[in-house]
Amino acid sequence: MRRSGFLFTALAFGYAFLYVPILLLIIYSFNESRLVTVWSGWSTRWYGELLQNDQMLSAAGLSLRIAAVTATFAVALGTIAGLTLARFGRFRGRTLFSGMITAPLVMPEVITGLSLLLLFVSMEQLIGWPGGRGATTITIAHITFATAYVAVIVQSRLVGLDESVEEAALDLGAKPAKVFFVITLPIISPALIAGWLLAFTLSLDDLVIASFVSGPGSSTLPMVIFSSVRLGVTPEVNALATVIIVIVTTGILTAGVIMSRHERRRQRDRQLAEGGADGEPARAT
Amino acid sequence: MSQPNRRQTKLEPWQDPNEEPYVRIDGVTKKFGDFTAVDDISLNIYRGELFALLGGSGCGKTTLLRMLAGFEQPTEGHIYIDGVDMSEIPPYERPVNMMFQSYALFPHMTVEQNVGFGLRQDRVPGPELRHRVDEALELVKLGHLKRRKPHQLSGGQRQRVALARSLVKRPKLLLLDEPLAALDRKLREETQFELVNIQEQVGITFVMVTHDQEEAMTMSTRIAVMDAGWLVQLGTPAEIYEYPRSKFVAEFIGQVNLFEGLVVEDQADHVLIQSEATGSDLHISHAGSVPVGTRVWVAVRPEKMALSLEPPGVEQNVARGTVDEIAYLGNLSIYLVRLESGTIVRVTSPNLTRVTEMPITWEDDVYITWPNYAGVVITQ
Repeated sequence: MRRSGFLFTALAFGYAFLYVPILLLIIYSFNESRLVTVWSGWSTRWYGELLQNDQMLSAAGLSLRIAAVTATFAVALGTIAGLTLARFGRFRGRTLFSGMITAPLVMPEVITGLSLLLLFVSMEQLIGWPGGRGATTITIAHITFATAYVAVIVQSRLVGLDESVEEAALDLGAKPAKVFFVITLPIISPALIAGWLLAFTLSLDDLVIASFVSGPGSSTLPMVIFSSVRLGVTPEVNALATVIIVIVTTGILTAGVIMSRHERRRQRDRQLAEGGADGEPARAT
Repeated sequence: MSQPNRRQTKLEPWQDPNEEPYVRIDGVTKKFGDFTAVDDISLNIYRGELFALLGGSGCGKTTLLRMLAGFEQPTEGHIYIDGVDMSEIPPYERPVNMMFQSYALFPHMTVEQNVGFGLRQDRVPGPELRHRVDEALELVKLGHLKRRKPHQLSGGQRQRVALARSLVKRPKLLLLDEPLAALDRKLREETQFELVNIQEQVGITFVMVTHDQEEAMTMSTRIAVMDAGWLVQLGTPAEIYEYPRSKFVAEFIGQVNLFEGLVVEDQADHVLIQSEATGSDLHISHAGSVPVGTRVWVAVRPEKMALSLEPPGVEQNVARGTVDEIAYLGNLSIYLVRLESGTIVRVTSPNLTRVTEMPITWEDDVYITWPNYAGVVITQ
């Protein structure tokens, strides 16, 4: 009894620690007052102001565009890298390649950001591209580190994939490139979707690297929020955060429902398979 | 060892010197770095055979099969299929299909799409493709499940889909990698016979890899026993069982009693071996010439031995001991007899009559005897 009481308390504290701040943020987004910390009544005023705030909205739009482009490129490059690591055996320089693919995962963001800034500046001086810093340089920077995450996801999925499935396709007459597009890609597609979503989130979330490589007029949403918070938290930011939380929660819930439905169908299939007279010469129906 | 499936025994193409081998493996060696997986193997496989590569794990049988499929290239030597050198031909252009141990079905395709995959690669037109897929699924009795996905099938059904998929292109050669290993025992026995029947119906040459000697014995026309990359012995199941050429083969295939001894007499019609293990001379009526003074082993199968309580009145091929263990298996009983030399001898005897009380029981002093033709001399 005592033990379960203790566990229950620990659980309650854990959840409180995680979710009370978010709950407070949502509640305060409906605050009437201009001062974030003083409660003066319910209102949706700040949501209205948010819709009028062009700077905030265009930053959100820019962030979403960068995130989408980043995720797409990162999936393409990361898949190639993951495939190389998982399928090409022990080629010369494999350890180096694998280390360098995963290095951005552990590299401090400040260093990544600074070195990319130096790269872009010297490239501009040498070849005149990219002209200045802005959305393009942010996107390139984000692709650089998001690719590493996708490569790791794809590699682990490919390692788990029975290689003989690909060999079977070869054996049945499909050329290697066709095997990749018709067999490998569809089978690892859940990993690609997961990688895309992760890259999208990472890009949307990034403040440090974007701050280094952005230029005038290309502030991403985290940059705008951060700078406006520095001038004092406005209830508008709370409203924006609440909108983001609602969108994310809806996304997660939808994914959850789809997955549980899928799982239920799989379970039904499995029962069907076992019920169907295992291996016994089946009667034609 | 039962062999219920024996097809026409007179059909033995390997006995016919005019017969062209269908698959010719010529001095093939495969090295992975320093490790030699397959060591200078040469053998011929004839049209319509169900050929088994038999050996423990790591003996190189799977590597040899993968070289036939084209997934591995021989380090040395050549493989010819129907007279064509396969060295430069990639797997997707070989007239060979393979059934994988894990079945390797495409999880995102239905049964029908899985089976039709190979035909689609050859651009077989729609109506013919559908007809051939139906035919192949009919052959493995799965016509009613063609819209299912692999995860909706039981293990036995998946195995049939894999078989149908590898047969539908009518390859010159079908390779089977441990085709029955993933099935449970009862299903495995049923499927053994079914595979043989299907092979006879379609008339395709099968090469099968297995570690299960019983499977190889019941199904195949000939067996190649492999060990550590070497081809140890090649022959029909009966040849391999009755005349093992080495200790390894004798012990790998079935149960055997081995007695070490010294050749004391080498005549045209028999060999006599003196053995400390049995305390008597061993007389073998069919051995080839073995020089006097050679240390050899004599292998005798347990079912060729007989037990008696009374002295049999012979001087040769006899051993005396006490019964250590008896295992009653219903159709036969296994006796473990400890000889005076300490050697344990295994004797199996069929339970021909209904016995409730064993005539021979634990701790009985017994005589073991066997006929002159039972023993085999093994020098390696």
